[in-house]
Amino acid sequence: MRGPIPCWLAALLGTALLPWNMQQDGVTLAGLWAWGAEDAEAASALWQAVAHGRWWFWPVSAALILALPGLRGAAGWQVAAGALGLAAVIGQGLAIGVQGWRWAWLEGAFGPLEDRQFGIGLGGTVTLLGFLFLLTGGLARRGLFRGDRFVAGGVGLLALCILVFTAWPVTTMLAQVLTPREDLPAWAALGERIADRRIWGLGCLAGGGCGVFWNTLLLGISTATAATALGLCFALVVTRTGFPARRALRLLTVLPIITPPFVIGLGLILIFGRSGLVNQAADAWFGLQLGRWIYGFDGMLLAQVFSFTPTAFLVLIGVVEGVSPTMEEASQVLRASRLRGFRTVTLPLMRPGLANAWLVVFVESLADFGNPIILGGSTGVLSTEIFFAVVGAQQDFGRAAALAGVMLALALGAFLLQRAVLGRRSYVSMTGKGDAGIPAPLPPLVRRLCHGVALPWATLTVTVYAMALAGGFVRVWGRDWTPTLSHLLRAFALERTADGRLLFTGGAWSSLATTVELAAIAAPLTALLGLLAAWILSRHRFPGRTALEFAVMLTFAVPGTVIGVAYILTYNIPPLEITGTAVILVACFVFRNLPVGVRTGVAAMSQIDRSLDEAALTLRASTFRVLRTVVLPLLRPAIVTALVYSFVRAMTTVSAAIFLVSAEHEMATVFIINRVINGDYGLAIAYCAVLILLMAGAIALIQLLVGQRRLGRRAPVVAAPVAGRA
Amino acid sequence: MTPARIEFRGIGKRYGTVQAVKPLDLVVEGGTLVTLLGPSGCGKTTLLRMIAGLEAPSEGRILIGGRDVTDLPPGERNVSMVFQSYALFPHMTVLENVAYGLVSSGLSRRAAARRAEAALDGVGLPGFGPRQTFEMSGGQQQRVALARALVLEPEVLLFDEPLSNLDARLRRSMRDDIRALQQRLGVTVVYVTHDQGEALAVSDRIVVMRNAGIAQAGTPMELYVQPDTVFVATFMGEANHVRGMIEAIEGPLATVAAGPLQMRLPHRGLPMGPCDLILRPEAVRLAQDGPLPAAVRRATYMGAQIEYRLATPIGDLLAIMPSAGPTWQAGDDARAALRPEGVVLVRADM
Repeated sequence: MRGPIPCWLAALLGTALLPWNMQQDGVTLAGLWAWGAEDAEAASALWQAVAHGRWWFWPVSAALILALPGLRGAAGWQVAAGALGLAAVIGQGLAIGVQGWRWAWLEGAFGPLEDRQFGIGLGGTVTLLGFLFLLTGGLARRGLFRGDRFVAGGVGLLALCILVFTAWPVTTMLAQVLTPREDLPAWAALGERIADRRIWGLGCLAGGGCGVFWNTLLLGISTATAATALGLCFALVVTRTGFPARRALRLLTVLPIITPPFVIGLGLILIFGRSGLVNQAADAWFGLQLGRWIYGFDGMLLAQVFSFTPTAFLVLIGVVEGVSPTMEEASQVLRASRLRGFRTVTLPLMRPGLANAWLVVFVESLADFGNPIILGGSTGVLSTEIFFAVVGAQQDFGRAAALAGVMLALALGAFLLQRAVLGRRSYVSMTGKGDAGIPAPLPPLVRRLCHGVALPWATLTVTVYAMALAGGFVRVWGRDWTPTLSHLLRAFALERTADGRLLFTGGAWSSLATTVELAAIAAPLTALLGLLAAWILSRHRFPGRTALEFAVMLTFAVPGTVIGVAYILTYNIPPLEITGTAVILVACFVFRNLPVGVRTGVAAMSQIDRSLDEAALTLRASTFRVLRTVVLPLLRPAIVTALVYSFVRAMTTVSAAIFLVSAEHEMATVFIINRVINGDYGLAIAYCAVLILLMAGAIALIQLLVGQRRLGRRAPVVAAPVAGRA
Repeated sequence: MTPARIEFRGIGKRYGTVQAVKPLDLVVEGGTLVTLLGPSGCGKTTLLRMIAGLEAPSEGRILIGGRDVTDLPPGERNVSMVFQSYALFPHMTVLENVAYGLVSSGLSRRAAARRAEAALDGVGLPGFGPRQTFEMSGGQQQRVALARALVLEPEVLLFDEPLSNLDARLRRSMRDDIRALQQRLGVTVVYVTHDQGEALAVSDRIVVMRNAGIAQAGTPMELYVQPDTVFVATFMGEANHVRGMIEAIEGPLATVAAGPLQMRLPHRGLPMGPCDLILRPEAVRLAQDGPLPAAVRRATYMGAQIEYRLATPIGDLLAIMPSAGPTWQAGDDARAALRPEGVVLVRADM
């Protein structure tokens, strides 16, 4: 993009020609020409101003005129016009809604307004982006971002996205705590909601039930501690022993990625539920009634430990491998026994990594929605309580907001703690230099302990998964063990009509199609935006860089349930009226998973020597060309990873999506949860099996399409000095 | 290829509160090879990267060939750079690497490939085009990087510690090649290194940097023979640092006393009183009739020469003498004399 003219033309197009507002039935080709439309809602902004008396679009047009001197090189005018344009577009959107003025003081200032407007649409979006890039381009011309328009535009885009899709919704939601109740003014309502006994009550100490905060906290701490300990055993077995099935064990780490989060919960019900295997056996052989203990705190804990041990395992593999073998060799040369070396050198070196794994699991447990909703019973945790506050008979958004605020504070606390623990990427013994040492074998005591813990647990995990999947293929679990495909057929039946057309009569087809479609739309967007952010954050210095990085990572810390509530509250009304559309789901997936793309990208980028970019720059390549010909080809593995992750995570997410689905756009996971809530386990489980297969297939396919070339001779990607090592 | 003059006017660079380069003025004449020499962290690489446009100065202007390039991106400066790591693109062949800049500049792929092949011939790698970069040895990679920079016929060529990843023997021959190439093409070269031997061997002029500023600039010989400060003297080779006293100044000469020694040296603007002296080790000579008592602490045989560690009334001295001729052994009580051309008055370091 050379110069400001294309941006200005985009803004002009969006203002004068395209329909400004969102159209009820989507934009038709003919509807694109919105200059002169009779219906104000279908008209372009300029026509609304000219013919329909909507004067609030005049400032937008004024910004376009203001930009004219900027087009011929006056950067100051360009900046001013871009800023005014952005302010005008956003300001009118926020100020005027479906009932005229959004705030009473505006009516006081400007007089009553008869007119009203709906959410922003194609024209508004194009105009907004046009003004944004006009502004960033102008700033670049004034010397910011080292004069690089591309970087400036990228930073602007990221900042806008984070503001619109994370900061704004979360703020809107938190503000709900302040909405007055019929009997209480705002501040009193706030106090009432925050200090609720149902959140903070300590009744369990006296034998009753505790508040949800304590339940959540205790569940998180127990899960994190157990999963970290188990994960460490797994990691040590895989990296430091000669255990023959190491590779198979590593496959465990893939499980939580490709399975929807509630599969474990289902599996546990099939084993320990009232008609589960164990209960039936206990009854048949010993006449014992084990009851429904699985529904409650213990069940949730068990399910989460099963679910998140592989996550801790994944994190800890890297940590254990990061401990330099030379350090251990040094300790042995210094006459430490193996056990002493392990205790005094290896473990302390892993301490930040262990803390990190603990916090990762803690946050996962906190945000987990699938297992608690299936196994929670009468024991509530924050994520499920928020859900019931919103969807139940209560419809109490104030209470949901208060709960979400508490949850957000917990998550942010863990996030900040995590950053403090990891510091500035100080993985103690990663020197980057070749390390000639050989990892010391584990002390016998530790080895036996690890084997003794990890192997049975791995067997159990596999059993639970196997049960979970087998349950979809027997008639009635616990009573009638006849193998059957009837559940699968209810979900995925195909019928052929008389004239030979195929009818998708199964109940699950529509949700499956929607899920795949939306995940497929979201994945490339996530990867693109995430890698762009990674590249900008790791390769460029500019004022506000740290703040931007922090904001990007912060979106990860916001639990899905919170995002879900925040989105419906924010996007129910103009200026961005996307509740009930597919856009809201895609936006949710993209911005929830963005940090995954960023992390993958940053990690990959740190493997690529910065001098490669610089060499290309001095070889007269434009920034965009550097990105296209040097950075992207070298990032190919990272692209694959980001694509796979964002696709799969979009398909398996429950917590946020459950608030955002509509009759038209139903997601597979939400469909399954609803089956489970209705007690229809067979169909739910059969559907899970299909999803897992589908995702394994998707991963393989993306690998094949994007990743095939990296199998070649790409081993020494890093421009490491070769001769110096010889 | 027109040799262009590079001019720094008050160029400074600051990262937050850290001053990486203090505002400085410097001119690199067209067609010369100038070395930026200094310990790590002295700002020499930052200065080089500011010429390339990879870092923006916090203040001041940079002119190349009379044109103000301060705000231009790297690609519009007609400057090429050879990186310390070579920065060869690992996903491209040798030929694609060399042709990269030409294609970026808008040449057709075919024309670019033809010129890239010629450039590879020029650095002694004919027919290496289709190879992968990581199949090549360090020295060959270095030549590819050089060809990739030269093929653009830049006004200015920048080297960032180009030899630090090569073994000692290859380093010697590469530095001779670089010098020969620069003189043949007459291109302006700025060369960053922390190795004073390398700097002495290749440079027309050397700029010694320290603490984010210029310590001294001059020809290799000026810097060796007439260092301004103790730092420059010790950085430009072995040097004995001795404290003395300026007792009198007459015209350009000062009478300097150090222990039992009395010398008449150019005073170089220094006032009467205590002073710092630099004695090059080859100027310290062991002789039966020398004025300075010198106990030989250690004698190290180095082949062509012998290094002596001496204890004298003016401090411990290093002396280097040819191994042909009379020799001494550790424990000998000898006497030493100084050759006045190897002794120079310097300013103390700040």
